[in-house]
Amino acid sequence: MASPNDLQFQEFEEAAELLSADPGASTLSIPATNSPPTASGGGEDVKLDLSEDEEGQEESSELLGGQKPAGGFWTFEYYQSFFNVDTMQVLDRVKGSVMPLPGRNFIKHHLRSNPDLYGPFWICVTLVFSVVISGNISTFLSQKGDPTYHYRPQFHRVTIAAVVIFMYAWLVPVGLWGFLKWRQGTERQIGGYSILETVCVYGYSLFIYIPTSVLWIIPHDWVHWTLILVAMVISGSVLVLTFWPVVRDDTRVMAVATVATIVVLHTLLAVGCKLYFFQTAPIPIPKPTIHGALNTTKPH
Amino acid sequence: MAAAEDSRPFAGLSDVSISEDIPVEGDISVPVGSSRRDDELSTLDEPVKETILRDLRAVGKKFVHVLYPKRSSALLRDWDLWGPLLLCVTLALLLQGGAADSDNQGGPQFAEVFVIIWFGSIIITLNSKLLGGTISFFQSLCVLGYCIMPLTVAMAVCRLVLLGVTGSVGFAVRLAVVTVSFGWSTFASTAFLTDSQPPNRKALVVYPVFLFYFVISWMVLTFSPSQ
Repeated sequence: MASPNDLQFQEFEEAAELLSADPGASTLSIPATNSPPTASGGGEDVKLDLSEDEEGQEESSELLGGQKPAGGFWTFEYYQSFFNVDTMQVLDRVKGSVMPLPGRNFIKHHLRSNPDLYGPFWICVTLVFSVVISGNISTFLSQKGDPTYHYRPQFHRVTIAAVVIFMYAWLVPVGLWGFLKWRQGTERQIGGYSILETVCVYGYSLFIYIPTSVLWIIPHDWVHWTLILVAMVISGSVLVLTFWPVVRDDTRVMAVATVATIVVLHTLLAVGCKLYFFQTAPIPIPKPTIHGALNTTKPH
Repeated sequence: MAAAEDSRPFAGLSDVSISEDIPVEGDISVPVGSSRRDDELSTLDEPVKETILRDLRAVGKKFVHVLYPKRSSALLRDWDLWGPLLLCVTLALLLQGGAADSDNQGGPQFAEVFVIIWFGSIIITLNSKLLGGTISFFQSLCVLGYCIMPLTVAMAVCRLVLLGVTGSVGFAVRLAVVTVSFGWSTFASTAFLTDSQPPNRKALVVYPVFLFYFVISWMVLTFSPSQ
C-alpha cells in the first residue's frame, strides 16, 4: 500500500465529490448512537472510500456484515453489539496502540467501524489495579531500609485511582467528541468519529501505561521520568495521529489548540499518577517512636 | 298390555333374589399414590434440622467439586449462593484487624471486600454474557463465588503463619501459599466456565477472571497485622 496519507486524502475528496454529485447515494455509515440524521445524509457518517483497493473492499464487506447496533437501548442485544470482538481482534488493536506508525489512523486501520467497549473497560480496570499495586510495591521498596516504616496496603488508593482513570477515559472522549461535532457544525469538516470510536481510541491508548506502571516499581527517579516520556510519546502519538486528520481542516489555531489540549490532558494524567502513587521521597510518618511505644503497651 | 309387555324383558329378574346367606364382601380401595407423592415432595413437615442439613450437604458437595475440579456440571446444575456468601463473609472477616483500621492507610474494609467480590463477580458475568456466553447469570455467580474457597483457605493459613513466623521467611511461605491458591482458583473456575463460551473469545472471558482472583490474592497477601 503506497503512501497511506495520500490515499486517505483522496478518500475524503473522492467521497465528498461522489456524495455532492448524488446526495441520495447510499453511504457506508458508522453506527452512531445519538446523532439526528442531517439533510446531507448523515453529517457524521465517515465517508469511506468506495474505491477498488483491497482495503476498501475488506472494509465494505465488513460493514455490510451488519455492524449496526440491533434493537433499542433497552434490549440486551444492543449492548452485545459493542462486544462483538474476538481475541485476535483485541490483541491486534492493543498492538496497534503500542506501535503507532505515521499514517496509520488507529480508528480507520484497526477499529474499521467495529468499535468495542471490551478493550477500553478492561484496560481501565487493569490500569487502576496495576497503578495501585505497583505504587504500593514501589513505596515499600523505597522505604525498606527505614526501621520505623510499617508496611501498609493503602487500599483506599483503589477508589481514588478508579475515579480518576475512569473519568479521564470516559469523560474526556465524550467532551472531545462534543467539541469536534460543534466544530463540524460551524466549519466544514469532513469526517468525524462517533462517540464510541473516540472512547475506544482513548481506552486503547491507555494500554501503554500498564507496563509502564509495572516498570515504575524500580525505585529510581530518572527511570520513572524516562518511562513517562516514552509512554507519553507513544500514547500521545496514537491520539494525535487519530485526531489530526479530523481537525486539520479547521482553522490553524483551533487545530493546534485541540491537539495541544489532547496532549496536555494525557500528560497530566501520566504525571499525576506518577506523583501521587509513586512517591520516591519518604512519606513523613508523624512521631513514630512515641506511637510505637504506646501501641506495645496497649492490649489489642 | 303395555305394562306387561314392558315388564317382560325384565321378567326374569323377579326370580332373582339375593339371599342374605351370600356374603357380599370385597375390597374397595382407592389408589392413594398421588397423595403419597405429595407427601414426598412436601418438606413442610420435616424437622428443621433436616432442611438445614440438606442445604449444608449441597454446599459441602460443591466445595468438594471445587477441591477436585473436573469438567462436571454439578456446580452449574444446582447452583446456590449460600456457599459464595459464606466464603465472602469469612474472607472479609479474616481480612479485618489489619494494620491500623483507624487511619485510611490500611487494608480493605469489610464493605470494600464485599463490594469487590460481588460487584466483581457481577461484572465478569455480564462481560461473559455480552461476549456471547451461554451460561446463566446465577450459575456464573455461583461458580465464581465457590472458586474463592482456595483463597479463603489461604487467608486462614496466612493468619496462622503471621501468628508464628514473621519476617522474610514468613513472607516467602505466605507468597507460596497465596500463589498456589490463586492458580487453583483460576484453574477451577475456568474448568467450569470455559465450556459455555464461544471458541474464539475464550481468552477474552478468562482474563477478567484471572484479574479478579489476582486482586483478591493481592488483598490476602498484603494483609499485615497491626502492631
